[in-house]
Amino acid sequence: MKNLIKIENLKKHFDNDGVITHVLHGVSFEIHQGEFVAIMGPSGSGKSTLMHILGFLDKLSEGKYFFDGQDVSQLDDDLLANMRSQKVGFVFQAFNLLPRTTVLDNVMLPLMYVKLTGVERIKRAKEAIESVGLGHRIQNLSNQLSGGEKQRVAIARALINQPSVIFADEPTGNLDSKSGLQVMKILQDLNLRQGHTIILVTHEKYTAEHAERVLRMKDGLVIADEKVANRILADGASELAK
Amino acid sequence: MNFKDNIHNSINLFRQNKILAFLTMLGIIIGIAGVIVIISAGNGAQSLITNQIKSQGSNLVAIFPGNGEDEGPPVSVMGIVITTLKYDDMKALKDPLRAPDVLDYTGYVRGSANASWQGNKADTSYVGVSASLPFIEDTAVQAGSFFTAEDENGLQKVAVLGSDVKKDLFNDRDPINELVKIGKHSFRVIGVMRERGTAGFTNQDNQIYVPITTAQKLLSGINYVNFARVKISDETRIDAAMDDIKEILRERHSIDIGAPIDFDVRSQRDALNALFKVTSAVKFFLVAVAAVALLVGGIGIMNIMLASVQERVREIGLRKAVGAQSRQILSQFLVETVVITSLAGIVGIFLGIFVSYLLSLIVQSFGYDWTFSISVFSVLLSVIVSSLIGFIFGLVPARRASRLDPIEALRYE
Ligand SMILES: Nc1ncnc2c1ncn2[C@@H]1O[C@H](COP(=O)(O)OP(=O)(O)OP(=O)(O)O)[C@@H](O)[C@H]1O
Ligand SMILES: [Mg+2]
Repeated sequence: MKNLIKIENLKKHFDNDGVITHVLHGVSFEIHQGEFVAIMGPSGSGKSTLMHILGFLDKLSEGKYFFDGQDVSQLDDDLLANMRSQKVGFVFQAFNLLPRTTVLDNVMLPLMYVKLTGVERIKRAKEAIESVGLGHRIQNLSNQLSGGEKQRVAIARALINQPSVIFADEPTGNLDSKSGLQVMKILQDLNLRQGHTIILVTHEKYTAEHAERVLRMKDGLVIADEKVANRILADGASELAK
Repeated sequence: MNFKDNIHNSINLFRQNKILAFLTMLGIIIGIAGVIVIISAGNGAQSLITNQIKSQGSNLVAIFPGNGEDEGPPVSVMGIVITTLKYDDMKALKDPLRAPDVLDYTGYVRGSANASWQGNKADTSYVGVSASLPFIEDTAVQAGSFFTAEDENGLQKVAVLGSDVKKDLFNDRDPINELVKIGKHSFRVIGVMRERGTAGFTNQDNQIYVPITTAQKLLSGINYVNFARVKISDETRIDAAMDDIKEILRERHSIDIGAPIDFDVRSQRDALNALFKVTSAVKFFLVAVAAVALLVGGIGIMNIMLASVQERVREIGLRKAVGAQSRQILSQFLVETVVITSLAGIVGIFLGIFVSYLLSLIVQSFGYDWTFSISVFSVLLSVIVSSLIGFIFGLVPARRASRLDPIEALRYE
């Protein structure tokens, strides 16, 4: 399989008015195209920080980052924005939908920053909304939705740019177990049926076991990198797993 | 994000907070309406002044008592009573040798009085003038005749009514040879002036014309004139004639050459310039007021936009997280403010046109020859100024928005 993400000795520190906080102390790993990777670890171990760097939301302090074979260690703000726009999709724990805005407009938001006709935008957004099973909710306002539905809208929004990789930072953290499972099923579907690369941060062992590989972090380092032995397969996904 | 999306966003902003948006726009609306009204009224006033002065003939010279400065209106116009200008001074001006260009003159003595005839009353004013007034002011009687130099010399108690006074006292009846009471005195009506309209700030049709000598002696009890007008043979001779007049008056008032004079000789051109100066000063003041309104409006918009940025930090973070570049956020907020101020500008333009129109109706109802006009220039200026204000005052909030860090913005509570 093709190498999508490769980091070498990646370090990150924050400098808040001279107060330096070292968060990542030299992390190295590779992620292949089509992989479903879970990142686990205690609170404060640097999972989100790592994910922000991988997702072009933040810059690394030291080390190397190759994306799709290209060195992206030193991109400037505009190039980072371009990478976010074209290569990655995000799903956040807090959903982050625009309030008082329709599902359709929420999902279309990333397309506002790419050159597309209005018709094409709507067509793509509708497809994405259908794919997360919310076709009947397309004109609802975001605040009229349940938590699970909101997160599915967020997934549709992450898909709309046809990204190379989807980052999900504790996507089930704010959901009850039933909605959480539904979200995991969708993510697993995207991975198994459509070949999307997915990187998931989670605290829950059960959620992590939907992935095929787990990276364990502690104090800013990856301390384990293992294959999931008994991968949990959501309903209907079993026959697709190799 | 293209321009259409930006506009769409701004309109959504309005839908979500109508009252706030309107209040924000108010300063701009007032300021822009002010600009439109000022320019329209300024043009109206100046056309009014020129029309009136032209209608009185451009080869007139006015003489006021008191030494006015060269700039600004004569001091006697300000309500100060000066008694140095005598009617005999005027008579001396008609000297074909020393002032060959002076055709004729009239003095003026003004006062207000109640006039009555058989129980009909008119609250009016009298003006004592010379027999030459119809010639000087280019007017005529519509009935009867104007008084003569003999009437003037004999201090006759004869009166020529302005057309409004005639209507008030006699309605449709023939007033000629009737006795009208002006104050305590009875005057015989010998004529009615034709309709003349308003000049300066007086309605010339609501006046009674009497011989200046009679007015001085019986009605005002004074021995001077309020001012005088002199008709010059030709417009090109005005400067020469003014010099002659000054010379004669200086001699009569025993003023040495170079010493300050106690009278003021002005041509219509001077009057025009003086009035233009006054209207320009008023215009300048109003423009300043409008500018302050626009400035305050602009600052108001800036504050609202800053608050809006603060309120939408998470939205901005999200937009950046899904791929918006800083400059796209910048232009989104800039377009938003420009749309708001331009909308306000458009509302202000319509309000300004409406107010200017009302103003013209009001002024016209007082009998002035006032033309309602809106210059394309003022509309263009307003559009440009209002969008420029949006741009200038939108810059700070838009920059603040565009510089937000996506991660911190998304974490913002
Ligand atoms: N902007 C920042 N400035 C300073 N320190 C920061 C900043 N962002 C994160 N940190 C610190 O970096 C460490 C790792 O944070 P991070 O959010 O990556 O942890 P996490 O593993 O995602 O934790 P959680 O499971 O609670 O989400 C924390 O100690 C945090 O305080
Ligand atoms: Mg985290």
